Amino acid sequence: MQDYGQDELSDVLWRMDISPDNLRRRAAIIAQIRHFFAHRDVLEVDVPVLSQFGVTDPHLSNFVTPFTLGNKVTPLYLQTSPEYGMKRMLASGSGCIYYMGKSFRHEDAGHQHNPEFTMLEWYRIGFDDHALMLEVDALLQGILNTEPADKMTYHEAFLQFADIDINHANKDDLIAALAIDTHYDLSCESIEHILQLIFNLHIEPNIGGSRPCFVYDFPASQAALARLKADEPGYAHRFEVYYKGLELANGYWELTDPKEQAQRFAKDNRYRNKLGLPNTTIDTRLMAALNAGLPDCAGVALGVDRLIMLALGKKHINDVLSFGIDRA
Amino acid sequence: MANFSTNEFKAGLKIMLDGEPCNILENEYVKPGKGQAFNRVKIRKLISAKVLEKTFRSGESVEGADVMDTELAYLYTDGEFWHFMNNETFEQVAADAKALGDNVKWLVENDVCTITLWNGSPIVVTPPNFVEIEITETDPGLKGDTAGTGGKPATLATGAVVRVPLFVQTGEVIKVDTRNGEYVSRASKA
Repeated sequence: MQDYGQDELSDVLWRMDISPDNLRRRAAIIAQIRHFFAHRDVLEVDVPVLSQFGVTDPHLSNFVTPFTLGNKVTPLYLQTSPEYGMKRMLASGSGCIYYMGKSFRHEDAGHQHNPEFTMLEWYRIGFDDHALMLEVDALLQGILNTEPADKMTYHEAFLQFADIDINHANKDDLIAALAIDTHYDLSCESIEHILQLIFNLHIEPNIGGSRPCFVYDFPASQAALARLKADEPGYAHRFEVYYKGLELANGYWELTDPKEQAQRFAKDNRYRNKLGLPNTTIDTRLMAALNAGLPDCAGVALGVDRLIMLALGKKHINDVLSFGIDRA
Repeated sequence: MANFSTNEFKAGLKIMLDGEPCNILENEYVKPGKGQAFNRVKIRKLISAKVLEKTFRSGESVEGADVMDTELAYLYTDGEFWHFMNNETFEQVAADAKALGDNVKWLVENDVCTITLWNGSPIVVTPPNFVEIEITETDPGLKGDTAGTGGKPATLATGAVVRVPLFVQTGEVIKVDTRNGEYVSRASKA
């Protein structure tokens, strides 16, 4: 038997983080979410959390584990979201689907972050980003008893809260609007990073205070897997939802063009090289699915633990988890 | 001194910033769903006592500061330095006026103070929360007036000036809270 020190036996780290009462409330919210989708004929699905492919996004990092079969060792990647698997299901003819389960991101823990978390992701065939925003809002109203959400474009948000017109601002203008003391040289950073900082520090604290707020039409440089706007090519059909200081969800009117998707993955890898990160092998099965044809759809990913934090009025994610990473 | 990465940041960690040792007061890790992670850090500079907010890119490293607190008893001043001693090892440390700052007015012989050392040299001297000092001068006040409004100023043996109730007189020893400079009571040992 392992020899335990007295400290380890007497400490409280064996206990669950969430209170027994909140454990029940958490389960009730999860049941409510399932009911919401059952009522709307969206099918619950499962995807592998262990996959042969990782994510290309330079700001996301997979946990990797070696899978050993005989003499052959293959790396398997814990998924940062169920997106690739779900898109392959959509292209296979699944119809509208949702996934509620674990996703993993190899990054620090914090008040709003745990490396292992519960994600709700769903796809609606025939929806555009605005139709999907309405559905996200309906879910939030049902669970958080909120008023109908506010909506503003990314461009409007910068005008209103940072007093800057991003269509006509250069990097120096943005650094001046950001107006913070940094330990690193901002002038060497990408415009995208400076926009992100302004968004996080000057816009996020000022939106979604009394009701959720959707910000939509993100710049094309932050399009991720969203299609670009036909009438405004500098912007993409991507939206996010904020409420009481939490980034709750991120959605797209999905990019279906395989050529453009391949270019974006290649661009991600070039940027990874610049950051000194290893290349990610592009998920050839996802690319094959896009070639076969992803139905026209909109999709969104929502942090369930954060939703529960809001529903229960908790400030730390550990308060809604059975065991945060420190006790896992 | 070791370097610390932002993922080791936490309240109480001592780091070097602009050539000055600093204490981290708060550290907030921010990771947008899509986008680069960063840390918002609230810092107190230990020498200038300035508090500031600084943003670090997550993963950046900074030099640690060799800072430690020790408990030392105040001995005496020679006018230029204030001398303190470790009551167990009898090791002595001399702090200059800069390290003492305003706290010089709370120094009482034999009181144990917290001395913050950076690379072995004192940079901050923090007196005990409560000190007992004799009043050297205060107006006699009117006899019987105990319902005084706001009291009267009293000069203490160390030079500090404290507002005291009207009934407290020259020659008495009083207890003072050094954190806000307020009178607490007459000293028990008086």
